[in-house]
Amino acid sequence: MVITMRFMLLFSRQGKLRLQKWYTATAERDKKKMVRELMQVVLARKPKMCSFLEWRDLKIVYKRYASLYFCCAVEEQDNELITLEVIHRFVELLDKYFGSVCELDIIFNFEKAYFILDEFLMGGEIQDTSKKSVLKAIEQADLLQEEDESPRSVLEEMGLA
Amino acid sequence: MPAPIRLRELIRTIRTARTQAEEREMIQKECAAIRSSFREEDNTYRCRNVAKLLYMHMLGYPAHFGQLECLKLIASQKFTDKRIGYLGAMLLLDERQDVHLLMTNCIKNDLNHSTQYVQGLALCTLGCMGSSEMCRDLAGEVEKLLKTSNSYLRKKAALCAVHVIRKVPELMEMFLPATKNLLSEKNHGVLHTSVVLLTEMCERSPDMLSHFRKVWLLVPQLVRILKNLIMSGYSPEHDVSGISDPFLQVRILRLLRILGRSDDDSSEAMNDILAQVATNTETSKNVGNAILYETVLTIMDIKSESGLRVLAINILGRFLLNNDKNIRYVALTSLLKTVQTDHNAVQRHRSTIVDCLKDLDVSIKRRAMELSFALVNGNNIRGMMKELLYFLDSCDPEFKADCASGVFLAAEKYAPSKRWHIDTIMRVLTTAGSYVRDDSVPNLIQLITNSVEMHAYTVQRLYKALLDDISQQPLVQVSSWCIGEYGDLLVSGQCEEEEPIQVTEDEVLDVLEGLLLSNLSTPVTRGYSLLGEILNRIKKVVSVYGSSIDVELQQRAVEYNALFKKYDHMRPALLERMPIMEKTASNGPTEIVQTNGETEPSVPDTKHPPLVTQPANQANDLLDLLGGNDVVPVIQTTLPTKPASAGGELLDLLGDLSLSGGPAPAPVPSVPVSQPPFLLDGLSSQPLFTDIAAVIPPMTAYNKNGLKIEFTFERANPNPNIAVITIHATNTTEADMTEFVFQAAVPKTFQLQLLSPSSNIVPALNQGSITQIIRVLNPQKQQLRMRVKLTYTHKGLPVQDLAEVNNFPPQSWQ
Repeated sequence: MVITMRFMLLFSRQGKLRLQKWYTATAERDKKKMVRELMQVVLARKPKMCSFLEWRDLKIVYKRYASLYFCCAVEEQDNELITLEVIHRFVELLDKYFGSVCELDIIFNFEKAYFILDEFLMGGEIQDTSKKSVLKAIEQADLLQEEDESPRSVLEEMGLA
Repeated sequence: MPAPIRLRELIRTIRTARTQAEEREMIQKECAAIRSSFREEDNTYRCRNVAKLLYMHMLGYPAHFGQLECLKLIASQKFTDKRIGYLGAMLLLDERQDVHLLMTNCIKNDLNHSTQYVQGLALCTLGCMGSSEMCRDLAGEVEKLLKTSNSYLRKKAALCAVHVIRKVPELMEMFLPATKNLLSEKNHGVLHTSVVLLTEMCERSPDMLSHFRKVWLLVPQLVRILKNLIMSGYSPEHDVSGISDPFLQVRILRLLRILGRSDDDSSEAMNDILAQVATNTETSKNVGNAILYETVLTIMDIKSESGLRVLAINILGRFLLNNDKNIRYVALTSLLKTVQTDHNAVQRHRSTIVDCLKDLDVSIKRRAMELSFALVNGNNIRGMMKELLYFLDSCDPEFKADCASGVFLAAEKYAPSKRWHIDTIMRVLTTAGSYVRDDSVPNLIQLITNSVEMHAYTVQRLYKALLDDISQQPLVQVSSWCIGEYGDLLVSGQCEEEEPIQVTEDEVLDVLEGLLLSNLSTPVTRGYSLLGEILNRIKKVVSVYGSSIDVELQQRAVEYNALFKKYDHMRPALLERMPIMEKTASNGPTEIVQTNGETEPSVPDTKHPPLVTQPANQANDLLDLLGGNDVVPVIQTTLPTKPASAGGELLDLLGDLSLSGGPAPAPVPSVPVSQPPFLLDGLSSQPLFTDIAAVIPPMTAYNKNGLKIEFTFERANPNPNIAVITIHATNTTEADMTEFVFQAAVPKTFQLQLLSPSSNIVPALNQGSITQIIRVLNPQKQQLRMRVKLTYTHKGLPVQDLAEVNNFPPQSWQ
């Protein structure tokens, strides 16, 4: 079977969820249960342990960046090492976008974190391997959003005012 | 109506909440405001409100009332609205709700939007959560976008197509033409997603796979792309630590794996490039190792030549020495997969693998252990076993059971000598005895049984081990069994392998007795010991000690008697000199082991004679019939079909007994508290074979209509307040008395316990008897009186009788 990422979670050391992206249709209460369970398992890991663990029928790849845990659940046969690189790429994108990203950025701008993730991955697969390309798309989309918020008059639109 | 508060402000406010309750209150207040805003169909602030709702949803609060609002946002013309709307749809909706279908039209329109970022949103949403119906409806649009010259859209369309194919596999064909030219793209995004799409198609359809191999000649194309990637100069846009687009490299390697699998030509065509990647990739960082790892996986899965396979395994061997524990982890995982097919190559790394047993990480240790067991063979068994036993000594408890089992298996397969085998078993039992699986004990016993020439040595070693330590139950069980089985060898001092120890029968029995007495021994262990007790003296014990002071033994003895008579023909040839010891269900604490070369786990009783099944009702009847305030309910034990602690059973039974109305019978709850020690009293410090049956004279309790019931007595010495009475029922008539049930009731200052009868048929013409044991607690040393009720069937007719028994000899209660 093709390697699939089932979901990605971001959570703090205190067990607060900061982002959850599910790539398979799952019931709300199952999601909650899985998140709670997985957070417990990952938070119990010691620093010296490796970044991979088996949980239910999945492989969990996780890495801690400052106060945030980035956690991906992949199918059994995946290449865990490249999944670590995928996580790292996402963190780099966030870092470039927010300028030295920290947890607070993700808390207060969670919707932007999602936009970036959705520009980077689709269905758990990478859309573009170029950092520059992803960031440019986000930038352009942000511009569009700004245009919405300060609409130009008809005359302005026509360049007559 | 004031404008709803902004998202960031809400987040700030909620974060000031000091308690969960405070937070909940804020959330509820805001939700109410949002709800009324939704009701007003406010377009301006809908986006803001939904965004706030999404935040609260992430905190764990319900947000389903925002689902329709998301759809309205998606339908809006403003990009901001669409962005939040689609995000909301992906977070709050999924294909299991019908509501999501309403999105289909909007998505269709947006797929054709003039702004590529809107098209992108639509593709992303469809590609993440589109249901089969939606995919069916919109596949055409996606296919169209796959052919556009806009690479931004093309790459997204390719991944969206992957999702469509996953949901509706029949639609795969329609994407084929559009896919053809994807690989000639220069854009890495398009290349990457195209390779993912091709991979999906190959995995799903063997026909497609064949088509790609033979018609499209996909392998040379991919080889060329990969080569260009590696050889091309520095490309800052796709570079990761000096490696050019590792993500794309990995995906290409993966697709090559699928194409090369079970196909010689394809495998050959990719041989060179795989060797090149394997040797030239920079390994200082994780990213390089990720590519190497994928390469190794591919080499191992296709029909590669042996040189390439050795190269792959050597890479894994180097991984094992890497400082990065993640790398060691993947190496062990892969080696475990290849150990069967490339056993010799993996063997070369055996010492490194064994070193990983000492790793700090639990997952690595586990893999190293599994791999170590896989590598054990006839040549390395001694060395490997040393390492594994050392590991067993020091590993975490979670490993011990598996490791012990692994050691036993390996020892069984490759033991260089019987003695080594037994020594190994001993070592496991003494160091990790409590973790050995339950089924190991019977398996071990079988093993020992089959090493005939080692019996003497085995039993001697086990005996010595027992002298040292009786805390590990499996060791004690195996030892007791062996002593029971081969005790004669032990006693006769016939040991060739070791200095024979001089042991007398008494010493052996002392040890076994010690086991019985020790608090550390579980009931099962005691059972094994009892079995040992009965060694060689079985026939004597059975007849004389059928009325021993110890109730458990007495019961066992009675059972053995019956069993020997009926099942003697089952003696296996192998153990001719030994009496049969049969396995029966546990009745309360003890079990006995079957010894015909195999042992079985405890089996629900089928061999015990059928027993009374309704103690509760009968007790009630008794109360009704006998009436009066001076009777206590009879506590009758039956054979439970599952083992339970003695105390537990008792509690159950007492729970069942409902006391009939009428003046207060003796309080029942107090009984269970004293009962468990009561039951085990008989097992406490007692010389087990003293004969004191002669002290109290027997008596005839009942004699009518051909049915005679005699009582014989014993005292349970540690507790002189307990009289143990054995009833013997005989029948002088010419017809059997069947369905025989004996019940008794005593005055309320007494407590009475009735154990299971030996059977419920009293054979005609004194051809046999039923025996049953009654224990009476008489703390006030009052004169013992009893009312008995007898029911049976005789010549087809039910018979019932009541009687008073008052002629107890004074010694039985004084």
